[in-house]
Amino acid sequence: MKVYTFDSPDKGQITYRDSKRHLWLASMVYPLVAVSGIGLYMVTGSEWSFLAPLVFIYGVSTLFDAIFGVDTSNPPEELVSQLEEDRYYRWLTYLTIPIHYIVLLTLAIFVGTQSVSMLSVLALAITGGIYSGLGLVTAHELGHKKSRLERNLAKIVQAVPAYGHFCLEHNRGHHRDVATPEDPASSRMGESIYQFVRREIPGAFKRAWKIENDRLERNGKNVWSMDNEILQSYALTAVVQLALIASFGWIMVLFLAVHNFWAWWQLTSANYIEHYGLLRKKEASGRYERCQPYHSWNANHVFSNILLFHLERHSDHHAHPVRRYQCLRDFPELPSLPTGYFGMFVAAYIPPLWYRIMDKRLMALPHVAGNLDNVNVQPGKLDALLARYPRQAEVLDTSFHQTEAAAA
Amino acid sequence: MNCYQCPDCGYIYNEAKGDAHEGYPSGMKFAGLPEEFVCPDCAVRYKEDFVCIETPQ
Ligand SMILES: [Zn+2]
Repeated sequence: MKVYTFDSPDKGQITYRDSKRHLWLASMVYPLVAVSGIGLYMVTGSEWSFLAPLVFIYGVSTLFDAIFGVDTSNPPEELVSQLEEDRYYRWLTYLTIPIHYIVLLTLAIFVGTQSVSMLSVLALAITGGIYSGLGLVTAHELGHKKSRLERNLAKIVQAVPAYGHFCLEHNRGHHRDVATPEDPASSRMGESIYQFVRREIPGAFKRAWKIENDRLERNGKNVWSMDNEILQSYALTAVVQLALIASFGWIMVLFLAVHNFWAWWQLTSANYIEHYGLLRKKEASGRYERCQPYHSWNANHVFSNILLFHLERHSDHHAHPVRRYQCLRDFPELPSLPTGYFGMFVAAYIPPLWYRIMDKRLMALPHVAGNLDNVNVQPGKLDALLARYPRQAEVLDTSFHQTEAAAA
Repeated sequence: MNCYQCPDCGYIYNEAKGDAHEGYPSGMKFAGLPEEFVCPDCAVRYKEDFVCIETPQ
């Protein structure tokens, strides 16, 4: 395995070996999971086969997170630039792009040519949506980079889930506004994912459109021009998806609608769990304080991190958004999720379970210190939450009254 | 003409060149950029965070 070395003037020779180096190849194997339902169906002839990928993602992957546990190794700061420059890592992200197109076409052609039940079509569309949602993880990794090549590749891959505004919205919108009440892509305490999605999807689109509109305006161009980077990506989506509809008819409309929605829903789910309730303070200047490591929830589980290009090491990503996935670091004492993203998605889909797991974790964070003033709270839920988590002064107040009552 | 650098990601705004993609023409002073300017590459540093450097590094 490749060893990186650096001769430090004061620390002597520093060496680092990336224990995950070969595991990152899983991004090349993972598409097989997406098409495994079709493979199983061909062998067994049973339509129950189409549930296999869903069971894997929402069940088995969480089990694997528990079994394989966490990985606390970090590259030393001195070797980050060498690790960044190692092209092996970026080639893996490039290679996933054609695979995303192949998987979507495989599933679509299967649905378009085989006669299976409506429920099977639904399962296949959801499976495709989950895998295309991972396409947004690739777009995320590429879109944060400075090179034209990687930014253009991001536009190509985000066309698969029909989310052409993703990189603009995420880089220039979400990263700027993260963990503030103004961010449609940061969830609030007491806000269920079903309320969140209605704020997130339209809010993210509006913000991206405004950012691109402003840029084109400065360039003296109309927002409805081919220089609009959002429209470039959507044009590619239109070509692919209209060709599928033209080839296979109305069943494709249904398949693609569910596929696109589920891919978007993957992003919604990730946004929902990544900053739940966390709040940056407003400074006297009117700006929000800089995003700190404690403004993101993290998971350091090996298995799901491999599937997600280290997205779960989320605090370091927000601290250094252009840093490449292989260089992202874990730190002790960060806000942490009890399991990887896929397990937490399932919890988020059952709001009472989500609140039960997360609210006490949120209130116990050192910088929150049990005080709702330090939390991004859903308007309308404040009174109910205050009843459960009273302000410190009120706690003292009630205990004083209790002492008085006891004395009387 | 000066250059201004993002202290986090290293993006450089060169007043002589401007930034055509962002719509800032060559010769545009850093001071003339909108107040809501954020680093075009990382977006996590504001205008006032940028550091003036004499020549591009
Ligand atoms: Zn920057």
